[in-house]
Order: sequence, then structure tokens, then C-alpha cells
Amino acid sequence: MSTNEWPLWEVFIRSKQGLNHKHVGSLRAPDATLALENARDVYTRRSEGISIWVVESAHIHATDIDDVASFFEPSDTKIYRHPTFYEVPDGVKHM
Amino acid sequence: MQESALFEYVLRLSDDSLILGQRLGEWCGHGPILEEDIALTNISLDLIGQAISLYDFAAELEGKGRNHDQLAYLRYENEYKNVLLVEQPNGDFAMTILRQFFFDAFRLPLYEALMQSPVAQLAAIAAKSVKETRYHLKHTSEWVIRMGDGTEESHQRAQAAIDHLWRFTNELFYEDANDHTLQAEQKVPTMAHIQTQWMATVTSVLQEATLEIPKNNWKFDGGREGRHSEHMGYLLSDLQYMQRAYPNMEW
Repeated sequence: MSTNEWPLWEVFIRSKQGLNHKHVGSLRAPDATLALENARDVYTRRSEGISIWVVESAHIHATDIDDVASFFEPSDTKIYRHPTFYEVPDGVKHM
Repeated sequence: MQESALFEYVLRLSDDSLILGQRLGEWCGHGPILEEDIALTNISLDLIGQAISLYDFAAELEGKGRNHDQLAYLRYENEYKNVLLVEQPNGDFAMTILRQFFFDAFRLPLYEALMQSPVAQLAAIAAKSVKETRYHLKHTSEWVIRMGDGTEESHQRAQAAIDHLWRFTNELFYEDANDHTLQAEQKVPTMAHIQTQWMATVTSVLQEATLEIPKNNWKFDGGREGRHSEHMGYLLSDLQYMQRAYPNMEW
């Protein structure tokens, strides 16, 4: 097998009803144009979407797994940030 | 007579789609990379889908009670009217892409013209197929450009594929009395019209790809009259095996 593989791309698709693009997976492609075409073939064969974004995986910056505690745990103890203490008036629907 | 001319015309279209679809299907599980494996088999399925619609229409025109399976699977080699180009072996990836590119560049203007046909069913099939064909041409053009303008090896393989396949391209524009009958009734476009557009596409893509159109003008044909290359028999034995071994089986 060749060692110089094509770069990895992350694929985001917006469905017909969806307002935002959602991450659906990744694939390999030599450049952005072919990444879009590959994404079309791999991820939208069953009418999943009407818009595709691809981003080279190397350009994504992610949080460090070791930082999980300092990043996310503090919010676990602040239940007052959740709007669960309000009485919803009877007349309000769809809440 | 008119119906039989149209039957023959539609049969040629469907045979081109079926045989090329079968060839591309041979890549399933063997693509150079997973993504392209899926792309090639997607195109294959599009072509087989087109073939089903076209065979259905052909069967209706013929009026002998045959269905699309019988037309696709139960004819003899000399009854298939596809061009020689589509039955040529896959070869390497460059050969497959160039074969597909030459075909797509022909199919797109043909479908665009057929969308204007007064034969409603033919126009409807063309309108449905034109979108996927436009995508096929885009995909293969992108690859031709990348291979031609890529590495030394990819350039050389792409040029070798062009040099080999060029002799089969002229047959795409084959015309006989059958076509002239339908052209006179303005049901189908003239091939000269399609050829001009094909040449424009091919010239511009090959130019961008830094690839050359072969100078030699050696031309092969015969497929439209049912005279095929040696490869066709092997292809048909694969294609027809299930229907021959288990007559009338359905999937």
C-alpha cells in the first residue's frame, strides 16, 4: 500500500428540513472538489441532504481529552442555569 | 415501420447503458479507494436504472410481450446494439475513467436534445437521466484533468487510455437509415449536432488536462449492427448467467 494517502476530510450535511449542517462522517479525497463529490456519493445516496460542507480534518481544532474535567464538569453543579424552576402557564403550548 | 425504427433506436440507447453499467459493476469491491469504488458503482446503478426505463419503453414499442428482463438477459450477442466503446474491458482506472468520460460527453448532449423530442416517453426518460448524466460527466472530467495534469505516471496512463480508446469514439455518432427515418420526423437529433458538442467538451477537458487528441484516425465500428469485439461474449456470459441458469427467476 502507498504511504502517501490522500488527506482526510470531515463531512457536514444539511438535510431538507434541517437548518444547520451536521457532521456525518469522514472520507479521503485528493482535494476539496473531489471531497465534495465523494461526500455526495458516500453520504447522500438516499436523499439525505441538499447542502454539503467538507473541511480538511487537519483544520479542525478539538478539545483535549485531558481537559474534560476543567472544561465541562463545572457546569454540572450549576443547575440554576437550566430553566427548570419556572412554572409554565397553562396557556403556553409546545414547551 | 415507424414503431420499429423507434424500437431500434431505443434499444441502442438501452444497450449502451446496460453494457457500460455491467462493466462498471465489475469494479465493485475493487475500486482504487473506497470512495471511488462507491462512485463507480453509483454510476453503474444509474446506468442500469436508465436501461430499465429504456427497455420498458422498447418492449412497449415492440408489442411482443417481452419485458425488460427478457430484453436485457435473453438475447444473443448479435442482437445487442451497443457501441464497441462500452464493452471494452475496464483496464486500469485511467482506462475506465476515459471510457466513461468519452461516453458521458456524448450522452449529455444526446439526452439534452432528446428532452425536446415529441416522443413524450423518450423525452421523459431523457429529462430524468440528464441530471445524473451531468454529474457523471462532471466527475469523470475532474478525474481526467487530475490524471492528465497530475504525476508523470498518471499522465502517461491517461494518455495511453486515450490513444487506445480513440478508435472507438467515432462509432458513438453512427447513423443509418433507421436514424434518418426518425430524424426526418424530427423525433431525434442528428448525430452531427451531438458530435460538435462532444468534440467541444473533449477538446476543452483534454486541453486543461494537458492531454492530446490522437492524430491517427483509425476507426472501429460494428456494434450498432450487432458485430461486437471478442470481449462482448465474456461480458454476456457473466451478465446472462442467472437468467440462463434459472429461467424467469426474479430478484
